[in-house]
Amino acid sequence: MEGVYRRLSRFYRPYLRLLYVSLGLLVLTTALQLAYPYLLKMIVNRVVIGHHFQALLPLSAAILLASMVKGVFNFSQAYLAQVFGSKTAFDLRNALYKKLNHQPFSYYDNVHTGDLMSRMTADLDAFRMFFAFGINNLMSLGLTVVLGISMMLTMNWILALVLTALMPILAVTAIRFDRQLHPVFQAVRRTLGNLNSGVQENLMGMRTVKSFAKESFEIDKFNERNDAYYGANMQATKLWRKFFPFIELVGNIGVVLILMVGGWLVMSSHMNLGDLVAFLSVVWYMIWPMSQLGFFLNNWTQATAAGERLLEILEYPDDLDASDEQISQSVQGKVEFRNVGVKMGDKWVLSDINFTAEPGQTIALLGLTGAGKTTLTSLIARFRDATEGEVLIDGIPIRSWNRHALRSQVGVAFQDPFLFSTTIFANIAYGRPHAKVEDVRRAAAIADAAEFIDELPEGYMTLVGERGMGLSGGQKQRVALARAILLNPSILILDDATSAVDMETEYEIQQALQKVMAGRTTFIIAHRISSLKRADQILVLDGGRIVERGTHEELLASHGLYRHIFDMQFQDFASMNDSGETAQTGTEGHIG
Amino acid sequence: MSVNAKEQVRSEASNREELLRAPFIYRDDEALEKSFQFTLMKRLASYMRPYPGLMAAAFCATLGNLAVTLIAPYLVGRTIDTAIAHHRVHALLAYGAILIGLYLLNFAASSFRIYLTNQLGQRVIQGLRRELFVHVQGLSSDFFDARPAGSILVRILNDVNSLQDLFTNGVINSITNLFTLIGIIAIMFSLNWQLSIVTLVVVPFMFMLSLRLTIQIRRAWQQVRLRLSRINAHLAEGIQGMRVTESYVRQDENQMFFEKMNRDYMATFLRAQRWSIPFGPLVDLTGALGSALLFWYGVHLLHNGVVTVGLLVAFANYLGNFWTPIGQLGQVYNQILVAMASSERIFQYLDTQANVVDRDDAIALPPIKGKVEFRSVGFSYEEGRRALSDVSFEALPGQTVALVGHTGAGKSTVINLLARFYDPTEGSILVDGKDIAKVSLDSLRSQIGIVLQDTFIFSGTIMDNIRYGNPAASDEEVKAAARAVYAHEFIENLPEGYHTEVRERGSRLSQGQRQLISFARAILADPRILILDEATASIDTYTEHLIQKGLNVLLEGRTAFVVAHRLSTIRDAHQILVFDGGRIVERGTHAQLMAHGGYYYDLVAAQYKFLA
Repeated sequence: MEGVYRRLSRFYRPYLRLLYVSLGLLVLTTALQLAYPYLLKMIVNRVVIGHHFQALLPLSAAILLASMVKGVFNFSQAYLAQVFGSKTAFDLRNALYKKLNHQPFSYYDNVHTGDLMSRMTADLDAFRMFFAFGINNLMSLGLTVVLGISMMLTMNWILALVLTALMPILAVTAIRFDRQLHPVFQAVRRTLGNLNSGVQENLMGMRTVKSFAKESFEIDKFNERNDAYYGANMQATKLWRKFFPFIELVGNIGVVLILMVGGWLVMSSHMNLGDLVAFLSVVWYMIWPMSQLGFFLNNWTQATAAGERLLEILEYPDDLDASDEQISQSVQGKVEFRNVGVKMGDKWVLSDINFTAEPGQTIALLGLTGAGKTTLTSLIARFRDATEGEVLIDGIPIRSWNRHALRSQVGVAFQDPFLFSTTIFANIAYGRPHAKVEDVRRAAAIADAAEFIDELPEGYMTLVGERGMGLSGGQKQRVALARAILLNPSILILDDATSAVDMETEYEIQQALQKVMAGRTTFIIAHRISSLKRADQILVLDGGRIVERGTHEELLASHGLYRHIFDMQFQDFASMNDSGETAQTGTEGHIG
Repeated sequence: MSVNAKEQVRSEASNREELLRAPFIYRDDEALEKSFQFTLMKRLASYMRPYPGLMAAAFCATLGNLAVTLIAPYLVGRTIDTAIAHHRVHALLAYGAILIGLYLLNFAASSFRIYLTNQLGQRVIQGLRRELFVHVQGLSSDFFDARPAGSILVRILNDVNSLQDLFTNGVINSITNLFTLIGIIAIMFSLNWQLSIVTLVVVPFMFMLSLRLTIQIRRAWQQVRLRLSRINAHLAEGIQGMRVTESYVRQDENQMFFEKMNRDYMATFLRAQRWSIPFGPLVDLTGALGSALLFWYGVHLLHNGVVTVGLLVAFANYLGNFWTPIGQLGQVYNQILVAMASSERIFQYLDTQANVVDRDDAIALPPIKGKVEFRSVGFSYEEGRRALSDVSFEALPGQTVALVGHTGAGKSTVINLLARFYDPTEGSILVDGKDIAKVSLDSLRSQIGIVLQDTFIFSGTIMDNIRYGNPAASDEEVKAAARAVYAHEFIENLPEGYHTEVRERGSRLSQGQRQLISFARAILADPRILILDEATASIDTYTEHLIQKGLNVLLEGRTAFVVAHRLSTIRDAHQILVFDGGRIVERGTHAQLMAHGGYYYDLVAAQYKFLA
């Protein structure tokens, strides 16, 4: 467990000086805190009993002064600790963000956004809190106990021993409490998580819920989870009701014991009354911090668990080999695959892939869901590495290219067009934030997005993304395409990037792209034959292998899988003719 | 579209160019905190009313605690004065016994207080959350169409949770604290009123000071929460769009943006700390001032024989206890202010009424045959935004009606009205000759099946998902339904067949597979009227083929309304309605419309030339 703090030490080590100063001030604060009972004892003994009234004023002034100085020290130690915690959290949050920004693509195949969010927020905060006041709390508790007991020893060792006898009871109770509370808190967090995800799912699927008139079913499901969360909270309450009053009782019994034994000592003239009063004050001061022991320990346990979850992000290995990344020159566009295979888990998703794409060519990939098309293109921008074989860009092994230099010259338009919460302009300019306005407009025009953007009331200033204007699927795809075009890439990858666009628009986009991409390389993934029939080379994938290759005409003639897919798409063509029409269409023809 | 967000951004961005290129723009949440409002407070308090027994018991336990807190210091003082100072052993033992008894009572009272107050708070929160959820379930589609799911989620979860502290600890504690304060003051005055006045003279100053401090603290934390919510918004989006960021090598710009936000957050956080931390030391200092005054004046009184040593000690103890409740009351006040904002947002939802509700005289729709009639139906989603005008048509039982037209032409609106997600502004819709506005929602919707474009998959097994509309169906019936729409084969090929768990909106399934599951779901529910919104997304040819075959099975023998994209579906329809600008511009069969050579012909012809 300590390994967690060692492995995260680079984040807090630069600021340790803050912590040391803070802890120094904390020692002074605690010492001054104990001055109060001491001064009280002086007043009772010398002024009240001893009738030295001239000592009253300086002693009262001393109480005030001590309290003021203590206030300043206390503020400073608490604030410095907060600064220490905040600076550590600041660096840690930046580092986590950076790491997430460079995490390999495969990382995002397996994580849930919600889980990462809770690590970046709740866990980070639990970790921060330990640094911002947890350490000081533990230190303060230790100091109070040590100083208190030593003061008591100087006052009266018999009474001190009586009280020390109660310490083990408190310590054992606190530790047991912490141990029992841990699983209960886990249950609270788990049931809350269930409740969250249940409500979230219900809201996302609201149309389906309403369509089937299943509101009461959903309410039952919700009630179950709501009740479970209530139950977990009540479990925690049951522990609290058991432990907190007990710790309080032990402290109170301490007071009574001191009163009894001390009373006897005073009566038998082994102690004077003022000492007893002062002793009682010291006991009062120790009771509260002692009762917090369980909380403080809990704070530490949680920080350790949180730190572990943060380390899982920070120490996630890079699955790309970075040892030879030296080439950053401009890419010409030649792409070569030599016996490439990719294994995920125990399954080969690509095997034995060989092809060469020359600059200026358009390569199309066709295949059923799961055939390996997206995996193949992800190797070109080096989103992942091949398990075997070699990918070469301009004849240079891809592992020798600086990955950022390479990626900034490869434009990818993804299947799911993700737009960020900002203006349409900034979304198109995502890869080139300082692009000229004319360039952005030109990219939009090529992607056939310029027209609809200009028709929006706010034009390029229109806010899109989660909370912005709802664009249709086809519109989003065209904005994402413009984003890829603006990069002016040497290699352009369209991963099913125009599937929601109607055929007419798609044709126009392809015509415009052909001009822009002259002398450069384009990869197209699509299901519609019409989208890829004009490619220079069509690769048909099945089960991770290239089963056919050639031009549209060649493949039609070979009567293989391509021909089969073509026939399936065009089987309606004949029946259309039967109904007396001269036009032809594919079954996937989209109207409207 | 958020006008507010833009206004806000406008004032922040110094010029148009800056706004145009803003890396990310996040809309800040509505006012996080409110001033004190009595009506809100009253309404909140009413949620405790169902638990009078719990409240009374919790209050009694609290009083028990309070009594001991007040009596014990007095008894300790008496012990010193009467027993120890006068060497009375028996009295000492007697006091000891009484104290032990009191502390045992306190132990029991504490245990009950903790249990009862937490139970009360948790029950209130549980009940409030249930009420909110049930109410939201009953709201109409316009409510859900108008706001993102995320913002509704935040109210049901976070806003309700933020009331938890107030109800578990806040309410009972502030009552306890008030009683403690009053009790201590009463005891102090009964012990010695002169001493009381002198020592409490600092209280009003302390009160004024802490009130001012509280305002600053609240504002400072409000700023912190605002910044934190921006960071969270960016993180959530950033994580989802990370592949785009990495492939466009945008990391450095984003890092700069994030670090700026992070630094801003840290500065605001530390500023809030600078306001919050002095609160404790200030209370301490005032306490010390009170103590100094106590001894200065107390010794004077002692000298004159007005008070005893024990009384002075007891007084010092009471004074020490005096400051804790004051500090806690300040905290509760802050809690209340935070709760104000949350409860206002909760009540806003609870006060929203569903637009589409059963009439008082609504009758249950008897089992339907499937005749559907639109009579001069018109509809506007909002004032001045006309979505549908003068739409009339009739569909006979078993007919398939294809709705064709561009995005925004009015096809989805027809479907929304037929399923009664909205009520028409003009005209009426009849099913089997009965106006659907006059029948109960449940009886209508349970006989209409709806297949949406983006199939929603609930987390659970495939089996559960197909069974969603007909929970009583047996495993065999589920499989038969899947077989009928050609979904069986791919389901059997999944790692655990029908028992495969699907999570996070079914991300393990392709779009086409999800649509096949929704077909199975619909056929199992076996509705007489079916509404189907065909998916436009990219589906591979093989799955596409299955979907077409499944569709034919699904449509057979039902009255079906299809927002159609596939030519094959449209061609086979008994009736095609072509929409433009919210009106039906053409109607007829495929052959009729092609021969007519109008709008529909152009739509179809536009596609052909790219295939040749």
